[in-house]
Amino acid sequence: MNTIENNLHTIDKLSELQQRDLWMNKLHPLTRLLSSVIYIVLVASFDKYDIVHLAIMAVYPFFCFMVGELSLKDGLYRMRVVLPLVLAVGLPNPFFDRQVLIMAGSFAITGGMVSMVVLMIKGLFTVLALYVLIATSSVEDICYALRCLHVPKTIVIVVLLIGRYIYMLGSEASRITTAYRLRAPRQKGIHYKAWGTLVGQWLIRSMDRAQVVYESMCLRGFRGDFPESKRGVRLNDVLYTLVWALVLGALRFTGAVELIGQLFVA
Amino acid sequence: MHMADALVSTAVAGTMYVCSTGVAAWSVKKVKEENDPKKIPLMGVMGAFVFATQMLNFTIPGTGSSGHLCGGMMLSALLGPWAGFLTMIGVLLVQCLLFADGGLLALGCNIWNMAFYGCFVGALLIWRPIMKNGASRLKIAAASVIGCILTLQMGAFSVCLETLASGVTELPFGVFVGVMQPIHLAIGLVEGLITAAVLIFINEARPEYLWGVGESNGAEGRLSRRGTIGVLAVLAAFFGGVVSLFASAFPDGLEWSMEKVAGTAELERAGGAYASAAGIQDVTSLLPDYAFKGSESVFGTTFSGIVGGVVVVGVCVGVSLLFRFFKNKKVAEQTDNS
Repeated sequence: MNTIENNLHTIDKLSELQQRDLWMNKLHPLTRLLSSVIYIVLVASFDKYDIVHLAIMAVYPFFCFMVGELSLKDGLYRMRVVLPLVLAVGLPNPFFDRQVLIMAGSFAITGGMVSMVVLMIKGLFTVLALYVLIATSSVEDICYALRCLHVPKTIVIVVLLIGRYIYMLGSEASRITTAYRLRAPRQKGIHYKAWGTLVGQWLIRSMDRAQVVYESMCLRGFRGDFPESKRGVRLNDVLYTLVWALVLGALRFTGAVELIGQLFVA
Repeated sequence: MHMADALVSTAVAGTMYVCSTGVAAWSVKKVKEENDPKKIPLMGVMGAFVFATQMLNFTIPGTGSSGHLCGGMMLSALLGPWAGFLTMIGVLLVQCLLFADGGLLALGCNIWNMAFYGCFVGALLIWRPIMKNGASRLKIAAASVIGCILTLQMGAFSVCLETLASGVTELPFGVFVGVMQPIHLAIGLVEGLITAAVLIFINEARPEYLWGVGESNGAEGRLSRRGTIGVLAVLAAFFGGVVSLFASAFPDGLEWSMEKVAGTAELERAGGAYASAAGIQDVTSLLPDYAFKGSESVFGTTFSGIVGGVVVVGVCVGVSLLFRFFKNKKVAEQTDNS
C-alpha cells in the first residue's frame, strides 16, 4: 500500500471510530476539546525532571482509551509522526547534562537521562490525548467547538471544506499516482520533467472544481456561513470537563499524590 | 518541521499563539475587505489540494531519493498572502486533527514557522517585488526557489529558538542550528523547484490564476503604514516573548559574576519572608538543586508520591472497569428486551 492509500485508509478508519455509538462520542464537542487542551497544557507544563508526577498523568489517556474503547496500538502508531523530532531533541540530553541525580546501586542516573525520559513521556501522553480527541470527534465536531469559542467563521469554513474535500482530492492523487506508476514502472516518485504538467493540470482542475463547488453551494443557499444545528450542553458535559480539570489540576499543582501515598505508607 | 506538543513549554506556546492569532485576525480582516465570496470555497479546495499534493513523492534528480511539497509559497502565489495564510492554518489544523502531525499546543508555533514565513515573507517580500513588472519562467523559478529556501530557513531557525526557549533540550544552540539549517536548505531547494515547475505551468496555461503579477509597486502595492506597524508589533512580540525567554534560560553569566564578586554563587538569605518563601519552595519542588528531596534514600520522600500514584492509577482502572461493566450490562439488558 503506498503513502496515499495509507493516508486514505487512516481517514476511513478515523471516520468509523468517530461515528461509533459510545458515551464519549456523544459528549458535547466543546467538552472533548477543552478536556484535551487542559490535559495537553498541564502535561507540557511539567518540569523537565518531574518524572514521578508526570507519570501519574497517564490516568487521563488510560481512562479515555478504556471508556472510548480505543486501540492503544493505533494510538502509539501516531507517535511515528512526532517521534523523529522528539528523539532528535531529547537523545542528546544525557550527553550534555551529566549532573548525577540519584544513584541506583552503582548506576548513576543523570539529569540528562531523566529529562530525556520526561520528554518522551510528554510526547507519548500528548499524542495519546490528541488521538483520543480525533478518534471521538469528527472535523465537523471540532469546527463546531471552534465556533463555540468564537474562532472566525472564515477559518472554520476553510477547515470544514478541507475536511470535506481531502478524501476526494486524496483519491484523485491516488489515481494519478497509480496511472503514473503504470506508465513509468520501477521509477521512485514523479520524474522532474513531469512535475509541472502533472501537478499543474491537476491544480487547474481543482481550481475549476472550486468554482463548481461554489456555484453548487450557492444553489443550496450558502451565504458565507454553514447553518449549524445547535447542540445543547448537558450536565454530563459540564461535569466531565469540571471533574477532569479538578483531578488533573490537583495532580499537577498540589501534593495530592503524596498525600494519598502517605495514607498508605503511614 | 511540525513541532510536537512535548517540545514546547506553555509560555512559548502561549506567546506563539498570541503572535499567530494576531496575524490570523489581520488576515481575516483583509480577506473580508476583498469581499470575494468565491474565495472561501477556493481556499477550502486549495487547502485540500495542498494536503493531497503533500502525499505525492517527487524524484530528486541525481540523488535517488524523493521529496514533497509544503505549499505555503504556492498557496500565497495563487491566493495572495492573507487567504494563503488562512488556508495554511486550515491545512495545519487538519493535519493535526487527522494525522496527529504537530500538536494542539504547538499549533501556534507551527502556524508561525510554516504559514507566516511562507505566506507573508515569501509573498510580500519575494514574490511580489520580483513579479511587479510581469512574470516570466526565470522570474517564477527565482521567486519560488529563493522564497522556499528563505522561508524554510526562517521556519527552521524558529523551531530551534522555540525548542531552546522551552528548555526541553540540553543541545547547544549552535549545534541545533547547525543540524536544522542544512537539512532544511535541501528541503527548501526541492520544494522551490517543485513549486517553480507547477507555477510556470500555471503561468503558461492560466496566467490569471497567479497573484501579484504585473502590479505596480506604487502606494497600493506596498504595505500600508498600519500594516507595517502590525508586522513590526508581531515581530516585537515574537522576539520579546520567545527570545527573551531563551535569554533568561541561561543565567550562567550572573552566577559566574557572583562567584567572582562574592566568592559564592548563592547569597546567604535571612528574615521571615525568605524563610516563608524557602518553606513554600521546599514543599513544592520535587528536585531541589537537581536532587530528589531526602536524597539519603534512592527515591527519598517521593516514595509516598509513587505509592500515591499507584493508588490514583488503581482508582482510575477501577472507575474505567466499572464504567465498562455497567455499559456492557446495559447493552445486555437491551439485547434481552429486544
